[in-house]
Parts: sequence; C-alpha cells; structure tokens
Amino acid sequence: MSAVPSTEQVEPTGPGGTEHPTVSREDVAHLAHLARLAVADEELDRYAEQLDVILHSVAAVAAVAADDIEPTSHAVPLINVYREDVVRPGLTPEEALAMAPAADAGRFRVPQILGEEQ
Amino acid sequence: MTTAELTPAEWAALDDVADFDEAIAAFDPVLGLEVHVELGTATKMFCSCATTFGAEPNTQVCPVCLALPGAMPVVNGTAVEYAIRIGLALNCSIAPWCRFARKNYFYPDMPKNFQTSQYDEPIAFDGYLDVPVGDEIVRVEIERAHMEEDTGKSTHIGGATGRIHGAEFSLLDYNRAGVPLVEIVSKPIVGTKASAPEVARAYVATLQDLVRSLGVSDVRMDQGSMRCDVNLSLTPAGNPVFGTRTETKNVNSLRSVERAARFEICRQASVLTAGGEIRQETRHFDELAGTTASGRVKETAEDYRYFPEPDLVPVAPSAQWVEQIRAALPELPWVRRERLQRDWGFTDLEMRDLTNARGVELVAQTVAAGAGAGDARSWWMSYLAQQANSAGVELSELAITPAQVAAVIGLVSSGSLTAALARKVVDGVLAGEGEPAEVVEKRGLAVVSDDSALQAAIDEALAAQPDVADKIRSGKVQAIGAIVGAVMKATRGQADAAKVRELTLKTIG
Ligand SMILES: [Zn+2]
Repeated sequence: MSAVPSTEQVEPTGPGGTEHPTVSREDVAHLAHLARLAVADEELDRYAEQLDVILHSVAAVAAVAADDIEPTSHAVPLINVYREDVVRPGLTPEEALAMAPAADAGRFRVPQILGEEQ
Repeated sequence: MTTAELTPAEWAALDDVADFDEAIAAFDPVLGLEVHVELGTATKMFCSCATTFGAEPNTQVCPVCLALPGAMPVVNGTAVEYAIRIGLALNCSIAPWCRFARKNYFYPDMPKNFQTSQYDEPIAFDGYLDVPVGDEIVRVEIERAHMEEDTGKSTHIGGATGRIHGAEFSLLDYNRAGVPLVEIVSKPIVGTKASAPEVARAYVATLQDLVRSLGVSDVRMDQGSMRCDVNLSLTPAGNPVFGTRTETKNVNSLRSVERAARFEICRQASVLTAGGEIRQETRHFDELAGTTASGRVKETAEDYRYFPEPDLVPVAPSAQWVEQIRAALPELPWVRRERLQRDWGFTDLEMRDLTNARGVELVAQTVAAGAGAGDARSWWMSYLAQQANSAGVELSELAITPAQVAAVIGLVSSGSLTAALARKVVDGVLAGEGEPAEVVEKRGLAVVSDDSALQAAIDEALAAQPDVADKIRSGKVQAIGAIVGAVMKATRGQADAAKVRELTLKTIG
C-alpha cells in the first residue's frame, strides 16, 4: 500500500497487537456510508469486531517488514508498458447494451441516483 | 469583464449577496483553480476506443472502458507524452517514476466504481505560469498536473430541471469514459484582492492559449474539452489563515470563470458578515443566473480510498525522453506573439489589444490566407469585434473563418467592394449565407464598376441639378458632394465614391 491516508488503514496497536479494537463503530458506519450499504445499528459492533480481526491478521506482516523494505504495489518489476495511440474496434452499441440490465435510447439505464449531485 | 456587462437578471440575483467592493474591503479572496484538459489523442487513456466528440451514444466503448470482468487496461503512450508536454510548458518538474491510483466512489458515470487517476505521485509538479492581467504579470504557481480519465455522460430523466434531484432514472453514455485527461491544479493564489475574478479568467485564458499551442487538446470550453473548477475562500483582510473554501463546478466559459469567482466572493462575504459559516462543499454554476448553488458536501480525500492501481505498471519517463519532448516543444504563444508583432509592425498597444481579444491567431491565419496584417487586424478588431461583442461570443466563435475574412479584404483591395459593402458581405457570411463571393452574388452587392452605368447615373444627376455643374466649374469643388450623393442613392450605395467623383469631374471637364 502507498502512504495514502485511508480510513481503512488503521494503525495496529503493535506487532500482531490484540489489546483493544482499533476499528470503532463510527469507522464501520462511515465505511458503510461510503459503500452505500445499510448497516443496522446492532450490526456495527459485530462488524467492528470482525474487521478488527482481519486488520490484526494483516498487521502481522508489519511485524516482519523492516523499515528498509519499500511498500510493494506491483508483483512484477515492470515499468513503462505503453500502447500505441491507434483506434481498434471495440463493441457495437448492441453488444455493449445486450449485457445491461436496462437500456433506453442507446444508453445504459440506471435507477434513480440518490444523495448525489455531480 | 466589468459589472456593467451583467444582465438585469444577473443583477437581481446579486441582490441578496454583498456588494463586491464592500466584500473586498473586508476580505481577501484566495483562489485555487483546477483545470481539466481532455487530450486530443486518437484513443482513450487505457483502451483503443476512439475519442471522437459527438459520436452516437455507446459507439466508442469496449470491455476495458465498460469494466467488463477480466478486461485489462494498458496506458496510451501518446497521452503520457502529451501530459509531459503540458508539464514542461508549465515549468514543472517531471516525475522520474509515478503510478496511477484508483479513486473509489459510487456513481454510475464510471462503470468500474472507481476512476483511474494519480494521487500522491503526479507526472508533473511544482511549476508556474506567468499570466498577463492588464498591464501586469501575475505568476500563478502550479501545484501539479496529473493524468486521469474522463467519466461517462449521464442524462437525468424525469426531473423538472434535468438534474439528479427529482429524476426518476438516468441514462449513461460511456463514449467519454476513459478519454485521457490532464488535471492542472494551481497552488492557492493570494493577494489578488479586487482583481481575483479577472486573474481567474486570465489564468484560464492563458492556460488555454498555452495548451492549444502545444497541440495536445482543442481546449474547447463549450464542448467540455477544457473545464474549470473554481475554488474560492475568503479570509478577513490581513489575516494569513485561509477560510473554508467552496469548489464551483460547471464553469464552462472564460466569462463564467470570472462571474463565478465574483459571485462566490460576494456570497461568502455576505454569509461571513452575517456571522455565518462557509460549508466546504461543491457548488454548481448557473450560466443563466450567474449564481452558484449548493451541491453535495465534499467527500474528503480519505473517503475516496485511493490506492495504487495494480493493473497498470508504473510510468517512469527517462530523462532522455523528457529532454526530447522539451526540445520539440513548439514556440510558446507569447514568444510567437513577439515575433509576429515584429513581422506585422504593430505597436505594443495594438498587439496587446489584439492579444486580450484573443485575436492573434485569427489575424495570423488571415494574413496566411493572403491579407495584409493591418487590414486583417482592423477587420477583426473593429467590425468583427463589434459583432462578437453584441453576440456575447469570442472572436473565434464567430461564424466566419480567417480565410473568408481574407477573401473579403481581397474584394475590397481589388475594388469589387467598398468598405460599406464589405461589411454587408461579412453580415451575410455570419448569417450563414455562404462564402463571401456567394454572398456578393446572392445579395447583389458588387460595386457598380460598369463605367457606362455610372456615367448614365452621373448624367442624370447633373441634368437634375444643373446649378451644381456651374458651381463646380466656378471653383466650388465641394459642391460635387450633391452629385456623388445622388449617384450613390441611384446605385443603392454600390458605387465607389472616389470613382464617381473622378467621372463627374471628367464629365464637367
Ligand atoms: Zn474502450
């Protein structure tokens, strides 16, 4: 992972730390909102606990990774893979829309978008 | 733009906001401009779909830009080169190594549920752009220029306003999804005070000029290939701490950039003066009203949960490649202007007015089409400028090409048209009546150059006013005006006055 701040990258309490939950009810509620999931109030504690277990398991890696090891984002050491700027045929509109749950006037039709204005 | 250009409706909309001068007296505006430029590559950023503007919906899509399972993106090398070109022209450092990142959000304009962008590793960073504002140069520091992809186009159906609110469903066209973008982010621009709106406009205009000269985008704000978000906050005069900023989107013309900044200064000042707080939010610019309206409360950078894109390998432009691109950069527009000014022999003032009216390239093209520089300048800066002004458009948006202007100039110099007739021909071209020669033909505008026709008109005029001939013979040459006037009337203004004068004198002899 990069050094990008993320609500998901909660710092573990220590190497393999297990002292107290590091994911709060509020964290779960916030993540649920970002994922547009309806999570019931009584589920918040349960998911906080479960996510905590996952985070602490992953944090075990931090215990063995020394400071001199760069965070890895790619498994293969490749750089500069480029494509030529040449148009190639893609899908026809019929092919593209055939896979859509709903279509209208050559466009993908999606349900009402709630709570957003872009 | 000055406030004098506001329409009555715009003035009315300003009623509930602070007066601009009072706002500026109490607060210092801080500007931040984010400009998106759609690159003019043939294909999209990560797939080989075409990028043609205005194609039928979903005719330029493939498994990659529709995010079908298993489809893998590959970077368009030309887009990277264009991004580097923009970075270099903005005096930026070019990252020797950088990655793409996923910006996660839920919105159907990206079928992937994320937009591929760059986060903390932009391809270009720490540059500047010198912006002419009136007689001064304002240096705008550039924070970064990063690569990303455009989103699809949504149409909201069922709402009264065509917006999401009240819509029953939305329709998506993914032709634009994946078109390469470069986002250019300025550092906060401080200390501009009352000229902040003008600086905002001048910055975007200069950037447009620069990017166009690089040949990497057609930078058409009306078609969305250049878009601007105006960030603005106010800080009490003299206070070094920035206030809460708003981000105004949908700012689709240079004039709107200035109006949006101006409106936000007035609106925020009125909220703050009344003891209120500014919400950090996205606002929408309403072109018609000239106002901004509240949109959503902005998600923070953390909420986008950026992480490095695992499906794309890092971009690591070699120093050699970057230097090659630098060496091949075209002449920058302001350097080119200095050269053209020398070639054309224009004064500083003439050149500055032409530049401010964004007419340099138009004059250059008119000259290239065979017209004299002075004639070309005078057409674009007087008659055509008036037409553009009254239509509220840029010179370049007028429905006449530099070649057509050159053709009209040619008809005047060959004596086929008088200046007055030439203006009518231009009116015809602007009205869509065809090429200048066709307009001359259709409207019957050619100068009456047939000497016998003119002679007949002169003879008739002299016969009708016998005393005039005597006056002229006795030395009162100015009396000839009566004859010239009569002839012009008889030929419906289509005679060359100098010619009529010459023929009349010969007749009286
Ligand atoms: Zn595609």
